[in-house]
Amino acid sequence: MNLLRIENLSLAIHGAEILKQVSLSIAPGQIVAVTGESGSGKSMTALAVMQLMPNGTRTDGSIHLDGQEVLNLPETEMCALRGASIGMVFQEPMTALNPVKTIGDQVMETILIHKAMPRAQAEARVQEVLSRVGLPPNRFPLSRYPHELSGGQRQRVVIAMAIALRPRLLIADEPTTALDVTTQAQILDLLKGLVREYDMGLLMITHDLAVVADMADQIVVMRRGEVVESGATDHLLKNMQHPYTRMLFDASNHQVALPEMQEQTPLLEVTDVVRDYRLPRTGLFTKPAHMRAVDTVSFTLNRGERLGLVGESGCGKSTLTRAILGLEEVQSGEIRLDGAPVFSGHKPNLDVRRKMQVVFQDPYGSFNPRHRVARLITEPFHLLETPPTGSERQDRIAEMLRAVGLSTDDAGKYIHEFSGGQRQRIAIARALIIRPELILFDEAVSALDVSVRAQILDLLAELCAAYDLTYLFISHDLSVVRTITDRVMVMQAGKIVEQGETEDVFANPRHPYTRELISAAPQLPEIGRKIA
Amino acid sequence: MLRYAFKRLISLVISLAVASVVIFAVIEIAPGDPASFMLGVNAQPDTLAALRAELGLDMSKLDRYFNWIGGMLGGDFGTSYTYRTPVSQMIADRLWVSLPLALYALTLSTLIAFPAGIYAAARRGKPGDLTVMGATQLGIAVPNFWFAMMLVLIFAINLRWFNAGGFAGWDKGFWTGLHSLTLPAIALALPQAAILARVMRSSLLDILGEDFMRTARAKGLSRRQALWRHGVRNALIPVLTIIGLQFSFLLAGSIIIEQVFYLPGLGRLVFQAISARDLIVVESVVMLLVFAVIAVNFLVDLAYAAVDPRLRSRT
Repeated sequence: MNLLRIENLSLAIHGAEILKQVSLSIAPGQIVAVTGESGSGKSMTALAVMQLMPNGTRTDGSIHLDGQEVLNLPETEMCALRGASIGMVFQEPMTALNPVKTIGDQVMETILIHKAMPRAQAEARVQEVLSRVGLPPNRFPLSRYPHELSGGQRQRVVIAMAIALRPRLLIADEPTTALDVTTQAQILDLLKGLVREYDMGLLMITHDLAVVADMADQIVVMRRGEVVESGATDHLLKNMQHPYTRMLFDASNHQVALPEMQEQTPLLEVTDVVRDYRLPRTGLFTKPAHMRAVDTVSFTLNRGERLGLVGESGCGKSTLTRAILGLEEVQSGEIRLDGAPVFSGHKPNLDVRRKMQVVFQDPYGSFNPRHRVARLITEPFHLLETPPTGSERQDRIAEMLRAVGLSTDDAGKYIHEFSGGQRQRIAIARALIIRPELILFDEAVSALDVSVRAQILDLLAELCAAYDLTYLFISHDLSVVRTITDRVMVMQAGKIVEQGETEDVFANPRHPYTRELISAAPQLPEIGRKIA
Repeated sequence: MLRYAFKRLISLVISLAVASVVIFAVIEIAPGDPASFMLGVNAQPDTLAALRAELGLDMSKLDRYFNWIGGMLGGDFGTSYTYRTPVSQMIADRLWVSLPLALYALTLSTLIAFPAGIYAAARRGKPGDLTVMGATQLGIAVPNFWFAMMLVLIFAINLRWFNAGGFAGWDKGFWTGLHSLTLPAIALALPQAAILARVMRSSLLDILGEDFMRTARAKGLSRRQALWRHGVRNALIPVLTIIGLQFSFLLAGSIIIEQVFYLPGLGRLVFQAISARDLIVVESVVMLLVFAVIAVNFLVDLAYAAVDPRLRSRT
């Protein structure tokens, strides 16, 4: 007997078709993963089960939960189901909790809103579920507020809210996408344990195929609102039928061939760099404490070398990046590019600054929406003493657009006319246009779909051959760093704990933290890789 | 929370000290000698000197500043140059009109604005929302003295429910006093309510788009329950800011309304004192208003912390 059965679900918002004839089913105790790239309709499928669609949504087909038709159920009856029979966990733990209510109140609300039990009993249940998700009340009192918890801990609270009434079905929409790898591994373990223990069905939405392969009993692959392939995990991985499925797995494990390094002269030299942040005073007359974000970091980046920097959030990666770019002054130590310091006195050294460019993570937020592409990519020209003008300027723009795989006509367009992947190409063109000696990629492919990410990685490899790039590639994604760098550094709590040839570090990690990171990162199984 | 309150309190005291220096300096720099103003252009030099000595105008500026501050701390605001009565008494009389009027208007404005703003946000884009938005647009556009005159015309002249002006005084009983402040309070409250309702609506709409509102719905709360339990309190921060600003305005900015209704309020007192170069009265009232503004900001800061736990820990 199926717990959830979706049959021929079609969904349109204001006339635009979002889902087409989607069918899937979940049995109690089963984990079904819905995967696909952005815009495939996987999240909307989850919201349709919850009946939490945006205004102007029209649905067709059927959704049976425990034998009851959910589609077009009156809102009051749907409210009785949500939270009690279906629980849901969301992607963004930082914003999924109400900041002005305690975690105890928020978990308790699930129970009280359904009048499931009297208050005293409810409080005991809250303590029980919070302990179950790894937040025992003796260490995490119910009176804590969300801002006093880390991202992983907040996600545990969200899970506690979702399972407080032991729902028959749990929906998790990208539950670990915003979390670090080690935290991700813990949360996935927790979800798996809960499914076994409560005999729940779990509908898991994720774009991460390694997570899918690791967790799911059944896989459903979606593209543009349609299910292209589905089946039991082992079977599907061994016999991928649809070309899209094969493409997805191929792209997830995309390898690029970097050209050989030429010379061995140092370009960027970082020596004993320390960056402290002052914490707020704890008392009126006490000295403010300091937080050491970057702790005596030293490394050298050679000309033509591709260096990776990995570590979890809060380890100091971004602070180090800002210091290298001269956006922040360091307390001690020195950063030199080509022999010249990035900071002269208390001011950034402009001569050095014009030799560096950066590409950021967010392809949506890092462009001024009111400027045309030609103006956007020539922004770094203001760093030059004699910026090119007239036809020379036009030639440079055209060359860069072609180099990153866009057309020269794109120069006159606005940024909203481009997709995420195209925007990241424009960001690379912007970084490359003044031929910098060093480029910093700060999580530059983390927000992209796997197929787009594969294309951007290919582009980087091509550019390495054409322009002799030297770059520092900062990422939390180990599989990407493994293919796109020659050497890698592992950062933990402000310190570089291990560095070496990339293949060597990944194959034989020496520091325990590196080992922990590598083992926590979900791996695509060999079977899938061979078929792909 | 206590540390937070203490820090706010220290900043309150510092602000007051700075404000007093600035007020004193500005008024001293302003041209015009009160003594010669009082005695007229034909005054004899020795009479003028005598009056200056009597008023304390012959002392050094520093001494006069400390005299003024010291007196105020002890409740002695000095003597009015023109009326020859204690300034503290004059201010106290007027405060008994202006303060209740401001509070009355603020209460009315909040009572109108909260339900209107919440109602509009909950029905975004629907006829109810459009009606509220239209009404608030009108409330902001129309000046409050026009409301005042319309209120007088309808409720005082035609219906005879209220007096057209004047203040009955509190000694005839609380309700009589309140009754005579009702029309001015409504005239003051309507434009303020229109602004406040718009702030409430837009603030709440921002909150309704937050992830935690979706979480609340996923727990089984209805749209209305989610709005009341998770939306309103989060939407309060910008609303509290506006309420604080409005109170300061209502306390002294109601001079036109005081004129329309013949109310002996603070606004009129300042206006008369400035015309008569009664500097000591001007200084004292301005200082009092500054104190009121800073004190209200202090209360607003405390209210922020009560609403948002993140502020309590960020000291």
